[in-house]
Formats: sequence, C-alpha cells, structure tokens
Amino acid sequence: MEVDIPAALNALAPKLGGTGVEKAQRLTGGASMETWAFTLVGGGEPRPLILRRRAVPMDPETSRSASMAAEAALIRAAGHAGAPVAPLVRLCEPEDGLGEGHITGFVAGETLGRKIVADPRFDAVRPRLARQCGQVLARIHTIPMEATPLTTADAQGELDRYEAIYRSSGAERPILELALQHLRRNLPPPLPNVVLHGDFRNGNMMFDPDRGVAAVLDWELAHVGDPAEDLGWLCVNSWRFGRADRPVGGFGDYQDLLEGYIEAGGAEIPLSRVLFWQALGSLKWGIMCLMMYSSYATGATNSVERPMIGRRVSETEIDLVNLLEAGL
Amino acid sequence: MIEHPRADELIEAVAGWVESIRPQLNPRDAFLSRVAVNALNAVKRELIQGPAAEAAAVARLSALLGVEGDLKALNAELCERLRRGEMDVATPGLIPALKAGIEDQIAIDQPSYVSVKVR
Repeated sequence: MEVDIPAALNALAPKLGGTGVEKAQRLTGGASMETWAFTLVGGGEPRPLILRRRAVPMDPETSRSASMAAEAALIRAAGHAGAPVAPLVRLCEPEDGLGEGHITGFVAGETLGRKIVADPRFDAVRPRLARQCGQVLARIHTIPMEATPLTTADAQGELDRYEAIYRSSGAERPILELALQHLRRNLPPPLPNVVLHGDFRNGNMMFDPDRGVAAVLDWELAHVGDPAEDLGWLCVNSWRFGRADRPVGGFGDYQDLLEGYIEAGGAEIPLSRVLFWQALGSLKWGIMCLMMYSSYATGATNSVERPMIGRRVSETEIDLVNLLEAGL
Repeated sequence: MIEHPRADELIEAVAGWVESIRPQLNPRDAFLSRVAVNALNAVKRELIQGPAAEAAAVARLSALLGVEGDLKALNAELCERLRRGEMDVATPGLIPALKAGIEDQIAIDQPSYVSVKVR
C-alpha cells in the first residue's frame, strides 16, 4: 500500500508541536525500512526530524525484527544507559496514517560507511572509532532486559535459525554448508546473556568528524544473547567498505575495540570468540542475501535492489573460505 | 550467436545510458540506478567469463569428488557430503577447491571486492 508520507506528516505536525512539515524526503538505503527526513515548522525554530517506518508489512514467520514499539523503548533505554542515540520524539499511532514507525530527532553527521573509512574529513577521528565502538557497546550491553520484551538467541539458536532459512531457500552452496558444519562443531562456551543491538555496524551509526560516534541507529534487530555477537558483527568484512585491512568497521583494529569494551565496564572477551561471531556474521549476511533474493524470485518485491543483493552471497563465501582456511 | 552487436555490447550501451541520466534522478532513483548498472555489469562479466569458470569448476569438483557430472550435479553431491559430515575443513583439497571456485564467482559478481586477510 502506497502512503503519501508528506501529507501524513503534515497532518501529524500539530501533535509534534508544529503547524506543518517541509522538505520531506526519502533517504537512500534500507531495503525493508524507509527513512524520511523532514523539517517541522510553525513551532518556533524549524526542527529537523527523522521518520523511520516499515516499508513492507512485517512477516512474523520470517522476520526477526523487533516491533517499532520495542525499538522506541530500546532507544530510550540505550540513552539512559549512556549510549549515544537520536532522541525519540514519537512512536507512531495507527491514526497517524504512517503505518508502523517512529520519529526521532535529527543528529548531524555521516552514516555512509565508505565515507567513514575513506573521506579525509574523518582522518583525524578514525583512529579513535574502534575504541569508541567498544565503549558504546559496553554501555548498550548494560540495558536492563526488562526494558522491552526481546527474543533470545545464542550461537546454536542462530545457526539453527539461519540453517532453516538456507534450507528453505533451496540453494546449494558448499561454502555455506561447510561454514554451518564448522561453526556447529566449534561453538564457544556459554557467557551470561546481555541486550544486544543486533545490527551494530558501520552504516548504522551516525559519525561526527570531530567527536566520532554521534548516534547508534537502526535498533530493529535488537535481541538478547552473547555479548561477542555485537562485537563480531561490527567486524564482518561486508561492512569494511574495501578496507579489509582494518577489521573493525573498516576503521580500526580488534585490540582497540576489545580494550574500549573493557574500559567502559564490559567483560574481557577473547579475540577468538569475536572471530567466531564474525564468521557467523558473514554466514548470516550471506543467508540474508539469499533470503532477500528469494523475496524477488517469489514476486513479493520487484525492486532491482533485491535480486542484486543475491549476488552479494559470494562476498560472504569468499570471506568464509578465507576465515576457514586460516583456522578461524 | 549474432556479433553485430554482441550481447555484452548491448549491455554496455544500456549501462552507459543509465549512468548518463543519473544526475537528473531523485536520490532514491539515483541509488537504484547505481544498483541497476552494477547488475548490468555483472551480467556482462558472466557472459564473458562464465563459460570458462563453469568448465574449470566441473573439472575441479570432478577431481575432488572422484565422480563425473555436470556442475549442478557435482555441486549437489559436494553439498550432500558436507551435510553428512563426510568432508570437513581437514579434507585434503577441499578448501583450495572451494577457494578457486569462489574466486571465479567474485570476479563476476564484484571484482573490486577485497576479502578478509587473516594473520
């Protein structure tokens, strides 16, 4: 169902403290979620705001996304825990006509991963980012589990879940088979569970050229699980944007990430555990790419983006082979 | 096959045209046009490099598995042996064969992709 977003935002403006909105524009990126920037006017200073809404109805069978209400609760809880977030302005109600979504304040900065790793504007701050990310993750991992209902998944559960998706896709990919087998045989010993961001990577953070991490975005995949999952996900090569030599997000080193995590109160996590989750992260991303291709193949979506994402499975496979060859 | 023009030339022409109109597009369509050009270029590389890559994969997998067959059958057999746990990271020749195959595939899908280097 197509929704006239600018019209709906205009109608909502009084509830946001203004009289109307201007410059409503859909931003690029995000295959399942839409992000819109707009400016609220008529309530004093024009106020730049961000709308995030689900572009396609959530399928509870295949999606593991938290509801937007859960995402809103997490943004609040993360703020209280000392993690940088874009402050929540409104959780959308059905009568807002925007579907499932929320509105937050606009935080200035850059989200494009390739700019963070390569743009000279970030040269000065870049060497500090891995440590900052470790610190931010340690704070996120202190969010109380009762902040909002979340699903729980350990490594075994993640392997089960993604293997089932892979099997149902009908694809036959030997590297994914080998990775599934190898990771199952090498599960790390259990650690106490924490609240995870679930999608903490270069691309889901707002970076400021002077201050570094300005806001952690995109909380839809939050869940409860192994703290090393968030650290490993940040190191998946698919979001190093060509800088494979800088394992943390394409901007930093493992050691800085792990030290930052400890400095801000996190547990000591061995690098081998991060590498396990990094490999599991590549496997998950590969299977997600297959799944997104499937949504094209079955006719559920027709954007050119979806089939082309299917051709990103091979990047995860070459990374997995290299990790397996090195003994993980 | 008709060579005036070849299929890869048609793809190249379409990709060039999509590139040329990108500046007129809104941000969302400009992003999708970039994806479209990437897709066209992958198809072009597959047309040119695909046949040799497939022949090499058939020879490689036949040698690894000790059986004959087309790529689909050999690939299915390899997956089945991995699922049954009959092959694993310690199987001689497995990792090199997988690596050679995926290097050919990434050269089609994303030739500029830089894979992980593990110390």
